Amino acid sequence: MNRSIFPALPALILLFVFFLFPVVRMLGFSVEGGTFDWYAKALGEQLYLRVFWNTFEIALLVTFFCLLLGYPLGFLMATTTPFWATMGFIFVLLPLWTSVLVRTYAWMVLLGRNGVFNRTLIEAGVITDPIPMLHNFTGVLIGMVHVLLPYMVLPIYSAVRKVDPAIPAAAAGLGASSFAIFRRIYLPLTLNGIFAGSVLVFVLSLGFYITPALLGGGRVIIIAVLIEQQVREALNWPFAAALSAVLLAATFAVYALAQRYSQPVETTR
Amino acid sequence: MSASGGSADLLIEGVGKRFGEVVALDHVSLKVAQGELLTILGPSGSGKTTLLKVVAGFETPDGGRVTVGGVEITALPPAKRDIGMVFQNYALFPHLSVAANVAFPLEMRNIAKPEIERRVAEALAMVELKGYEARLPRQLSGGQQQRVALARAIVFNPRLLLLDEPFGALDRKLRETMQLEVRRLQRRLGLTTIFITHDQEEALVLSDRIAVMNRGTIQQIATTTEIYERPANDFVADFVGESNIYHGTMSGPGTVTLDGGRTLTVRSDKPAGTKVGVLMRPERFASSGTNAFTGEVIESVYLGTSFKLRLACEGGLELLVRQPARGALPATATRVTVGIDPESIHVF
Repeated sequence: MNRSIFPALPALILLFVFFLFPVVRMLGFSVEGGTFDWYAKALGEQLYLRVFWNTFEIALLVTFFCLLLGYPLGFLMATTTPFWATMGFIFVLLPLWTSVLVRTYAWMVLLGRNGVFNRTLIEAGVITDPIPMLHNFTGVLIGMVHVLLPYMVLPIYSAVRKVDPAIPAAAAGLGASSFAIFRRIYLPLTLNGIFAGSVLVFVLSLGFYITPALLGGGRVIIIAVLIEQQVREALNWPFAAALSAVLLAATFAVYALAQRYSQPVETTR
Repeated sequence: MSASGGSADLLIEGVGKRFGEVVALDHVSLKVAQGELLTILGPSGSGKTTLLKVVAGFETPDGGRVTVGGVEITALPPAKRDIGMVFQNYALFPHLSVAANVAFPLEMRNIAKPEIERRVAEALAMVELKGYEARLPRQLSGGQQQRVALARAIVFNPRLLLLDEPFGALDRKLRETMQLEVRRLQRRLGLTTIFITHDQEEALVLSDRIAVMNRGTIQQIATTTEIYERPANDFVADFVGESNIYHGTMSGPGTVTLDGGRTLTVRSDKPAGTKVGVLMRPERFASSGTNAFTGEVIESVYLGTSFKLRLACEGGLELLVRQPARGALPATATRVTVGIDPESIHVF
C-alpha cells in the first residue's frame, strides 16, 4: 500500500468540504442542546413510525415491480441480436438522461383526472368516472417504478451477458425445457445481478423525493417528503436532521445486510 | 423417442445451410453406423461445426434430413433429441457440483432419485472421478473438467455422442491420455460418436472413419489408412499429413509425366492421357528406389527420430523427405539422392 493518494486528493477535498462536513453538521443539529429528544420523537411517535413504514413499503413494492419488469427486459437485451440490444439500450437509457422532473411532470399529464389515460378510457367507454391515479399511492408507485427501472435493468443485463451461451445450450441439449433452463441455469447464475439491481432500487427508493412529492401531491407522506416539510414549513431543523439521520442509518443497514448476504456467483465467459 | 433408447445409427441426407451469402453446408450426406466413431476433419470455416450443430439441433438446416435410429429428427428441438454433447470449453454448469452436473440430464428426464444417484456414481466411476462429487467445476483441472463433461454427456444413455474439439484446451500429454480414454469408453459403451477436429493427427488416432470437409462439402469419407494412403484429391492429400503433391498426365501404362517433364514409374491402371495428381509421402523415400531423385539440400532439420530435408531437384521439383536419423544430418547445399518405389506413390 505505498501508492500515493495524491491523485485522488482534489476529489477527496471536494467530498470532505461539500459532503462529509455538511453531513456532520446536520448530525450536529439533530442532537442540539445535548438531548436525543428529537430521535425519541422520530422513533417513538406512531405518526412518524407510520411514515417510515410507508417508505419501506413503497420501496419494497417499487423494487418488486422493477424486478418483475426489469428482469425480462434485461434478459432479452442480453440475449437478442446486437440491433435490438442497442434499441433496448436507447429506450432504457434515454429516460435516464432526461430530468427526473420532466419525467414526473409527464406522468402527471398522463395520470391526472383529465389525463391521457382517463380520457382515453372514458372515450372508449371502458369507464364512466375517472380512475384516481394521481396524488395517491398508485401514482407514486407507477412514477417511481418508471424512474428507477434502468437501475434494475442494467445490472441484470450485465449478469445475463456474463453467462457463456454454451451453458444454456448445453442444458437444452441435456433435455432441459426453456423453463428449466431459466430456473436451473439463468436464475442462479444471475442472482448477483438481481441482488445488485434490487439493492440499488431499494436504497434509491428509500430516499426518493421529487417523484413521490409531485405524484403524491402531499397526500402520500414518505420520509423524504416529511423531512422537506419539517425544513420548509415547520422550520424544525433539528427534527428534520434526526429524521435524516435515521434514514441514513436505515439505508446503511440495508446496504450492510446486502453485502453480508450477497455471494459472488461464478460464471464463465 | 424413448428417453433411454441407447446408441443408434445416424443418417444425414442432403443437408444444406447458408448464412447470407456464405454456404456453410452444401448438400452434405453421410452415414454413421451404430457404435462407430466418425471424425469430421476440416480447417476452420469448413462447415464441420455447423454440421455438428445441425445434428445437435442448435441449427436448423435449409434442406435435407437428419435421421437417428430410423427416426427423423431434423425439426426436433435439442432437448428432445437424446444426444450427448461435449462442448469445446465443456460448458459445465459453474454453480453446480460435479455430481449435480452429471445428475442434470437425469433430473430433466424425471428419473427417480435413487436411480439418479446410482447412475451418477456409475458414470463418475467410468471417468475415474470418484471422490470429486462435491467439487465445483472451477476447483477442477482442465482434464478433470473434461471428464465431468464426458460423464454428463453419457450418463443418460444417449443415442449419439458428439464431441466438439474437446481436446483443444489440454496440453499435449494430457490430450493424448484423454484421447485414448475417450476411445476406450466409446468402444466399451458401443456409442455412436461424431468427433469434430481440425487436428489431423488426433483424427488418425481416434477414428474408425474420417470425413474430410472443406468449404461445406465432404471431400472424402474413408478409414484412417485409406485417407492417409489413398486420398481422393489435392485437399485431402495436403490436409492430412505431410505431402509432396504434383500434377501430370498418364503417358503410358504405369508411367506419369509430370507437368515439369519428369517421368515417374507408378502403379496405376488409369488410361494414357488422363490428367492425374501424384502424392509422395515424405517418409516413403529411401536412399534408393525405382524413381530416383537427386537434389540440393535447401533446408535440413533434425527432429530427434528423423531428419526432415527439403530438396531442390531437376525440373523444378521440390521434395520434402523424411529419413531415419542415422549418421550425420546432411548439410545444406550438399547433393543428396533419394528414391521411391512405384507402390509408395499414390496416383489420384
